[in-house]
Amino acid sequence: MTTRRTFLIVGLAGGATLAAAYWLRATRERGPVTGATAPLAALDPAAPAIIAAIVPVLLDGALPAEAAARQAAVTETVAGVARTVSGLPPAAQKELAELFSLLGLPPTRVALAGVTTPWAEAGSAAVAAFLERWRTSGWMLLRSAYDALHQLILAAWYGNPRSWPSIGYPGPPRIGQ
Amino acid sequence: MNDRTDLFRLRTTANGLAGGGAVIDASTLERDLVLEADVVIVGTGAGGGIAAETLSEAGLRVILVEEGPLRTARDFHMDEAEAYPDLYQDSAARKTKDKAINILQGRCVGGGTTVNWTSSFRTPPATLAHWARALRLDGFAVEDMAPWFERVEARLSVTPWDIPPNANNEALARGAAAIGITAGTIRRNVKGCANLGYCGMGCPIEAKQSMEVTTIPAALARGATLVTRARALAFAQEGDRVTALTCAAMDGAGVRPTARRITLRAGTFVAAAGAIGTPGLLLRSHAPDPHAILGKRTFLHPVVVSAALMPDEVAGYYGAPQTVYSDHFLDTMPVDGPIGFKLEAPPLHPVLAAITLPNHGAAHAGWMRHLPKMQVLLALLRDGFHPASPGGTVTLAGDGTPVLDYPLTPYLWEGARRAFRVMAEVQFAAGATQVMPIHGDGIAYRDWRTARAAIDGFTLAPLVTPVVSAHVMGGCPLGADPRHAVVDTAGRHHHLANLYVLDGSLFPTSIGANPQLSIYAVAVRLASGLAAKLARGHGTAPAS
Repeated sequence: MTTRRTFLIVGLAGGATLAAAYWLRATRERGPVTGATAPLAALDPAAPAIIAAIVPVLLDGALPAEAAARQAAVTETVAGVARTVSGLPPAAQKELAELFSLLGLPPTRVALAGVTTPWAEAGSAAVAAFLERWRTSGWMLLRSAYDALHQLILAAWYGNPRSWPSIGYPGPPRIGQ
Repeated sequence: MNDRTDLFRLRTTANGLAGGGAVIDASTLERDLVLEADVVIVGTGAGGGIAAETLSEAGLRVILVEEGPLRTARDFHMDEAEAYPDLYQDSAARKTKDKAINILQGRCVGGGTTVNWTSSFRTPPATLAHWARALRLDGFAVEDMAPWFERVEARLSVTPWDIPPNANNEALARGAAAIGITAGTIRRNVKGCANLGYCGMGCPIEAKQSMEVTTIPAALARGATLVTRARALAFAQEGDRVTALTCAAMDGAGVRPTARRITLRAGTFVAAAGAIGTPGLLLRSHAPDPHAILGKRTFLHPVVVSAALMPDEVAGYYGAPQTVYSDHFLDTMPVDGPIGFKLEAPPLHPVLAAITLPNHGAAHAGWMRHLPKMQVLLALLRDGFHPASPGGTVTLAGDGTPVLDYPLTPYLWEGARRAFRVMAEVQFAAGATQVMPIHGDGIAYRDWRTARAAIDGFTLAPLVTPVVSAHVMGGCPLGADPRHAVVDTAGRHHHLANLYVLDGSLFPTSIGANPQLSIYAVAVRLASGLAAKLARGHGTAPAS
């Protein structure tokens, strides 16, 4: 649900708070940055941890149940999102950087996403509530941000052959030589 | 600078592209480049490809400029994760300004023709009649266009598809028959098609007669030069003439321009960068636009989607992706009344299906697990014919890249609601056990009456109801009257004597059918006129 208060906060965030968010980048949450997640970290130091927290919830019911396979799937999906981001035009990357700045900075993370802990510590219920809040928001900007996460994460997982057995997709046909 | 030496040094043989012409990957340039030709063509899609072949056949020296990479059959692996970032604009995630419409658009040699689903329709008679009657466009009647359609259909092997449709398309035929609406078989531009189903990721066997296997190799064989990974920045002008085109070389990933510049000089310039790219290029060039019409009236055939589950396997990922259509809700509606729509089916590969299905978590995963039994219909709305359907406007973002602002209006949503009803009705009539109109939470319905009642109550809204598009048209309409048209009926810019537009941006409305064949036909006609004119030596005259 988007309240008028949220709207005002977002309005402010669009201006001065965003500038502050950039300025405070260095002080914020950082996940482990590997080569594969570097394009995400380049947008915002918190971005890999944010995506890693959202993936298991957005893909609930789609990821493997077994712990090691599940962890590998999450890692590969975060890397897939990073790969996609690195190929997007600079203007789209800048918008995503703004999104991750809002999600990464504690005051806006709490106010806009309703997530009261750092992303790495956020429980699945808190992440699920955040996704639902943005998906059904009365404000188009938050719905479009949800849509971006939806598209990036689902494309990364279902573009990965590891996901195909669970959905019965046999993969592309072999072409005879 | 000795341009010839540069060209010679850079001359390479393209992967699999036959021909004697040069292919220059601008991302590898170590210094700036200046080239000269008779005609410079910006864009290698349906318009640019046809223009390149037509003009080089007439003996003209042609340079083609393409922002995307050169890819050919050996690069196409039927892999969505590879193809979408490599071959599509914005990794297949180009959005309108408010992000409410996702646009699928090619960005590679061959443009949209490399990645489209091969559907080939002549411009519908109702569309041409509207252009003549309401827009006073003379010379584009059915009989005027027929010979040009025949010519490109022969060139690109546009033929009836005699293979039985895959089950995804067959469901449209079956459902349409059951509710008493007409459906037909789509003609396709293929030769030796193996019915694989992966047209959208580039044809791996060169069966699709797209530009990168037909007209562009033909132009190269006649000495044309192809510059890839080069973004056309702006036309330089003197008086009423374009003197040069400045391009920025892109980096190897095609994401950012490098510092390298390419200057292209020619007597004649052709803009064929598509209906977002061409208006964008003209806006960046500050091309004269005294009546403020450039980039306005840009159309999308906005598409709404309905998913269903069938009792038996559909396997919509295999087989020619789009072979059955219904024009019932176009043909039975006046073009300028409530909006009509065309019914078609899409390919159902995992990524495309996943990003189309709404919601997330268990609800989304549950539907994905049924991918083999999933059946999906599309309704393409015929925009641009009614006063309440003015389309969108292309403007420039702060970094100079074009962005399309396309408001989704009550007129469009009214049609979307009718389309959702019809698609659900067709799907249940075809035997669906569940139908999920792609809207809101993504709730599925088990019978037609419940679905219809729910659809009637939908609050249709941007980013609540996903809308997609694969057809961008308009923005540089052709016509005799400069107050309403950017170019004249020969495709020549009304205010720049040696600049032509030869792509889908020419259309004054949407086409009301998949537009590739309409673009081929109008491009071959206008390019033939241009070739004849240049052959007569009038190419440098300001007007005739």
